[in-house]
Amino acid sequence: MQKRILYYPGCTLKTTAKNLEKTAYAIMQALGYELVEMHDWNCCGVVASLTTDDLMHHLAPLRNLIHVEDQGEDKVVVLCDMCCNTLKQTNLRVKENPDDLKTLNAFMDRENDYKGTVKVYHFLEFLRDEIGFDVIKKMVKKPLHDMRIMPYYGCMLLRPREVAIDDAEDPQILSDLLTILGAEVIDNPFKIECCGSYHTIEEKQLVSRRAYRITSYAVERGADAIMLSCPLCHFNLDVRGKEAEKLFKGYKQIPIYYYTQLISVALGLDPSVYGFDQHMVDPTLLLKKKGVLHTRKIEI
Amino acid sequence: MTKNQALNTREISKIVFKKGELVKEVEELSGENLFGCYQCGTCSAGCPFVEDMDLLPDEVIRYVVLDRREVLNSKTIWLCASCYTCAERCPRDINITKIMEALRQIILRRKIDYTDVLKIPKKERETIPQLAFVSLFRKNIG
Ligand code: SF4
Ligand code: SF4
Repeated sequence: MQKRILYYPGCTLKTTAKNLEKTAYAIMQALGYELVEMHDWNCCGVVASLTTDDLMHHLAPLRNLIHVEDQGEDKVVVLCDMCCNTLKQTNLRVKENPDDLKTLNAFMDRENDYKGTVKVYHFLEFLRDEIGFDVIKKMVKKPLHDMRIMPYYGCMLLRPREVAIDDAEDPQILSDLLTILGAEVIDNPFKIECCGSYHTIEEKQLVSRRAYRITSYAVERGADAIMLSCPLCHFNLDVRGKEAEKLFKGYKQIPIYYYTQLISVALGLDPSVYGFDQHMVDPTLLLKKKGVLHTRKIEI
Repeated sequence: MTKNQALNTREISKIVFKKGELVKEVEELSGENLFGCYQCGTCSAGCPFVEDMDLLPDEVIRYVVLDRREVLNSKTIWLCASCYTCAERCPRDINITKIMEALRQIILRRKIDYTDVLKIPKKERETIPQLAFVSLFRKNIG
């Protein structure tokens, strides 16, 4: 019997990060789990409410947590780093401040009260803590030998520390994952530095400079590619990074993979789920060169 | 950013604070004690946006403490993307991320927006991921 686990997508997973979602579904299936999208979810608001008196912006995340309880579950898995961080921060705030929860519950008079039973997992955290990387390791069919990859964490997996899934200054979860997939880890002090986030809208050049700084250091150390988890980091490093080629002479952007894509490749899952067509910098060339992706098109 | 900046300077100068009120409001909104800062500069040393900032994060704190209201015209508070690095590293355990948010909120709650949505080109609206838009609106529009 497949084990069922509830999943909160968030807006971006349905558009620019469909590939992240599809690969996650495929991985869970391969592991004997069924990832089930929760119904009646809403946008979480992306960024956590940071002022003491602003309860209003906890409503959107809280409503999702209520709906997880309504659907009879006490666990929810999230793929987007930003959604996950926001849901976790609201969850923590209401658990630590019963008065705030009372106010919020009273305000949402058409919803059931939140009982505080839900645990929010980042998908990476779920793979590490609930499934175990050793289980994934045993299933690797095409090890990513000879691929030199820099893990990139950005902010939302690591900070603030109350909701972090790893050490804020020297996280290991992505390098551990790369190691079991057979890749060579290229460490880099910029792995925990912000990609520029939403400035990608009004400060494109600034974000291109961030992408350049993060990537060029990795390239200098011999990285072929970067592996990350957040859809906004992905856009900024992939798209704004590509644009950085115009700002910095001789600079060439390397491919940016989601960890779910590299797991899928290493497990030899159906290439139709990879979603490499959603990338700016072609991620297939490197994989073909390393012999883990076949050139023949699979007809559907 | 420069265009919006000019617009803001004019409107922001209309915000009235009595002596000592600015720091009080920032402390109330952020829940942080700004007087605990001993100006070590750790926050600024790790901030990924300092190259573009007009005031360093530790200077922002000092300006607020000294009641220098021009801090509200600073580009820094809008460049802060809430990456939480400074808050993680402050040896005095001051959450600068929340202080930056409080300063933005002081402006936004007086109905002065930083971002003009209509100025975002249509093409960008179609290609940039939603989460970038939602966070920008949450941070820069009241
Ligand atoms: S790191 Fe903390 S104590 Fe040091 S200058 Fe910044 S806010 Fe002040
Ligand atoms: S939270 Fe803001 S001020 Fe602090 S390091 Fe990040 S961008 Fe800089």
